[in-house]
Formats: sequence, C-alpha cells, structure tokens
Amino acid sequence: MNVTVIKPGLLSSLQDAGRPGHAALGVGRAGAMDPPAWQLANALVGNVGGEAAIECTLTGSSLRFEQAAVIALTGAPIAAHVGEHSVPMWTTCHLAAGSVLHLGGIASGCRSYLAVRGGFDVPALLGSRSSDLHAHIGYAHGRALRAGDVLPVGTTAPLAGSAAGGEVQPLGWSLDPQPWFDFAQRPLALLRGSHWAQLDAASQRLLFDGKFSLSKDSNRTASRLDGHTLQLQTPLELISEAALPGTVQLPPSGQPIALLAEAPVTGGYPRIGQIAMVDLPRLAQRRPGDTVCFHETTLDEALTRLAAHRQRLARLLGTIAQRLEHT
Amino acid sequence: MPPAIQFEALADDALLLRFGERIDIELNACVQAATACLRQRLPQVECVPAYASVLLRFDPQHWSGGDPHRQVQAAACAALEEPSLVTAAPHELVIPVCYGGEHGPDLAEVAAHCRLDADAVIDRHTAASYRVAMLGFAPGFPYLLGLDPQLAVPRRTDPRQRVPAGSVAIGGSQTGIYPETLPGGWQLIGCTPLLLFDITANTPSLFTPGDRVRFEAIDEDQFRDLAAANPA
Repeated sequence: MNVTVIKPGLLSSLQDAGRPGHAALGVGRAGAMDPPAWQLANALVGNVGGEAAIECTLTGSSLRFEQAAVIALTGAPIAAHVGEHSVPMWTTCHLAAGSVLHLGGIASGCRSYLAVRGGFDVPALLGSRSSDLHAHIGYAHGRALRAGDVLPVGTTAPLAGSAAGGEVQPLGWSLDPQPWFDFAQRPLALLRGSHWAQLDAASQRLLFDGKFSLSKDSNRTASRLDGHTLQLQTPLELISEAALPGTVQLPPSGQPIALLAEAPVTGGYPRIGQIAMVDLPRLAQRRPGDTVCFHETTLDEALTRLAAHRQRLARLLGTIAQRLEHT
Repeated sequence: MPPAIQFEALADDALLLRFGERIDIELNACVQAATACLRQRLPQVECVPAYASVLLRFDPQHWSGGDPHRQVQAAACAALEEPSLVTAAPHELVIPVCYGGEHGPDLAEVAAHCRLDADAVIDRHTAASYRVAMLGFAPGFPYLLGLDPQLAVPRRTDPRQRVPAGSVAIGGSQTGIYPETLPGGWQLIGCTPLLLFDITANTPSLFTPGDRVRFEAIDEDQFRDLAAANPA
C-alpha cells in the first residue's frame, strides 16, 4: 500500500522515536518533536513497533490512500476531512480505498501527527525512519515531504472490527486531548543551567519572571526567544561540549535559544537553563508569536513529574491496546 | 586518571563528567580513556566524548530506586577506579589532501598570516600527528588536536554559505574536515577526495573519537583518481 503526497503543507516530515546512541559520531537524535502525541497516534492505529508517522507543522498535508487504511490524528488541533466528511482527532478512523485526506490549518499549537496502521515504511537509517532536516538524514536525504512523494505503508493484519462501509468511519470512542495538549500554554519548568549564576542579577530574574515570545526564526533545531535580551556579568569563553534538547543557551546576541529535537550534538554557548524533559513537548507545540514563560524547578521535581507522566502514558497505551482488541 | 573529575547534572537524563575546561591533548586523552572504560562497564549509558568532558546520557527510569543521577555518578566513579582491562590501540588514518588551488582557496591567506610560504604551511600541516578529539557540528565532522601552533589562524570574518565536502580547514588552533557541503567559517587549505560519512554504511563515519590522523599531500591527478574511486 502506498500513500501519495498531493500537497505537503508548510513543513511535513516522517518522524519516529529518533536515532539515539550515535551522538559520538556527530549524529543527533531528531525524532518527533511531541513524542507523546506521536506515540498515541501510533497506539490508536494499533502500531506497537515505534512506526514512523507524519509530523505536520502549522499546516497539514493532503494525502491519497490507494487502499483502505486505518489512521489517527493527534497533537495540535487540525482541521481534517475526506470529501465532505470531517475526520475527528484523537481516535481511530477507517478510510476507504482511494480516499483523499485533506489536513488544513492548525488553529492553535504547532505540530500534528498522522499515523497509519502499518506505519510509513521507508528505509531505516541507524535504526530510525526519522527525517533529520538539519543533518540531511532520512527519507529522501532528510528533506521535508514534497508533492508527488509516494510513501510505502507497512503491511499488517487488519484491525479487529475493521468494517467496510462509509468513506470515513471513526470508532465510537476517542481520547481526551487535555493532558496531552497544553491548551492553556502554562509556564514551562526550567532547571538552572550550568552558567545561570554568571547571568547578571536582572537577567537571572528575567529568565524566570519575564514573558518571552517564540521567534519566527524557530525550527526543529531550536526555538529562539524574543522579548528580553539577557546578559552575563562578564563574557565567558567556553570550549565545545555536548549539547542537548531542552538546553537554553545564551549566544553573544543575548537572545536565548532553546535547543530542540534536532539540536547539534555539540555546542559552545553558555547554558543558562535546562527545560524539564516532561515540558519539552509543550514547547514544541508553541508557534511563532506564542508566549513562553518559565518557572524554576528542581531536578527532583522534574524527575517526579516525568515518572508520573510516563506512567500515565503507559497506562493509556495499555488501555488503547485493550480497547482496539475488543472493538 | 587525573585527580579532579567533576560531575554536573545537565538534564533529567544527562550528566556531564568534566576533566577540565581547556583544549588540551592530555585532557582529551583522559576523555578518550574514560569513554572506552565507561562504554565497557556501563553499556546502558550513552557516552559522548568532547574536548575535556564526557556526556553520560541515560534513561532515568532504568535507574529506579533512588536518585538516578546519583546512581549513574556512583557507577561511573566505580567503573573509572578499576583499571581498564583492554586498551585498544587507536586507529591510525592517513588522509590524502590536495592542498591549495581551487581545493584550498584560503591557503595563500593562511600562509601570509603565518608569515610562511604555502609549501611551508603544507609541510607543517602534513608533518604533525593529530588526534580526533570529538565529532560534532555535522555528522562525521572531526575536531582534530595537534595543529602546529604556528598554523593557528582566526576564522573568516565572512563565513561561507557553502564549503565543499572534503574541505580541510583551520579554525583558530583547530583543524578539521567538512564531511559534506556545509556553511562554515574556517579557512580552507585543501580538500580530501575521501568520503567521510555515509549513513547507509555499516560504519557510517570514517573517524571515531580517539583516532590518530595524519595528512598526506597529493596532486590534482591523484585527487581526481581517488575521487573517482570514492564516489560521494
């Protein structure tokens, strides 16, 4: 089975859990910017092997499904329809053979995920089908999807209860997006970074009390934060060390930069903060112009929240698998 | 092992083990030895060497029953206290380079800055033995230690949008090779026809941290022959 890209949308790419374990060779992880949303989309179509899904940014793709397919949409709210039928999010949908799925604009948030049962089956590179747009690794040398791309879908057994019928058939239940999508855009938990103490007093306060906004100049590599210029007490000359997603760096311009999924594996700018891992997907869902505020957290608190979040996700994944079996 | 190792919590899932804050061949030798030792003893931790530090990245859930950072730190300290069982000899690579001309458009400028003639720059660049301190910037980009101090030149004030793949360059006291066409601000003195990084190969990167490297000057004809034998 193939899916043909009719319209790619602003920036759509194939993403999975990414490519961990190769940073020593200069290869970053990449992967879905909102991992729980990606995981839930896969779970809703019964994929359990970390299959690749499409990540759409700000606008969606239009795709033709050659054969009947089972899909799910998660992440940022996105308008979706096949012909006159609207396609609901956060649930499992059957599409008839020949369906053209139109994904429209993303009203709030930044990134939506489309999973298909069987997963997009492009060749895996270093164990991942993720496109690293920055390092040019992945499907078609790691570029964004283009009109005319034909994406193979892996073959799997049909989903239990899969019934031929109308053009779009959602299952009779759906997930509450609430815990998995931050509609309120609450402040993000931030740990003090290695060089936080070297900020001047005003900048130390601003980092935790100030309102920043996400710059237009943001992508899968980094979010640039507008609104306040921060300063060190004295300039620091640092040698290159490992860099990580979630690190808030301060380049000489004074504009803070939060590294994201496609962060380079090394960096030499002062690290003034580290966003708690549990809140990184929420930053990935901010769009240019959105407000970004931080509140200070401790490592203990961050780890406790992360563990609780992962437990909740694991329970939900279990529930979805059970529901799919008994549908 | 050197006396002072510092640990720093970087993130929920990461610790930095630091040997110092200088670019120094001896510190980096400690980094490479520690990386080899930790990989052997803590296979569940990803170890990423840099100039003077090693990143330890782990799954905090894997270290349940207490503070994962404290557990990883204790495990790393214990691993480093035991002498390593096997010290694998570093790989030695000889990299053919066509210096100057279209392959090294900044060679004359570098020579002028160093008050040497172009041949002397080439002689000094090929005479030294280098170590791969770390890979970064782009997949397969080696940061090499061991540049003759007389060849240190500042980065370009106007970085190039497109530095050709294989370009051998000097930036400050470092030298390196661009694995693919990339933007870059280092001074280009030559180019190698070798392919540095191929994601589809069993070993994608020609270099790994800790490797020994020498450069060997080749002429235009040899460059063309080797390039034909190593299609990108």
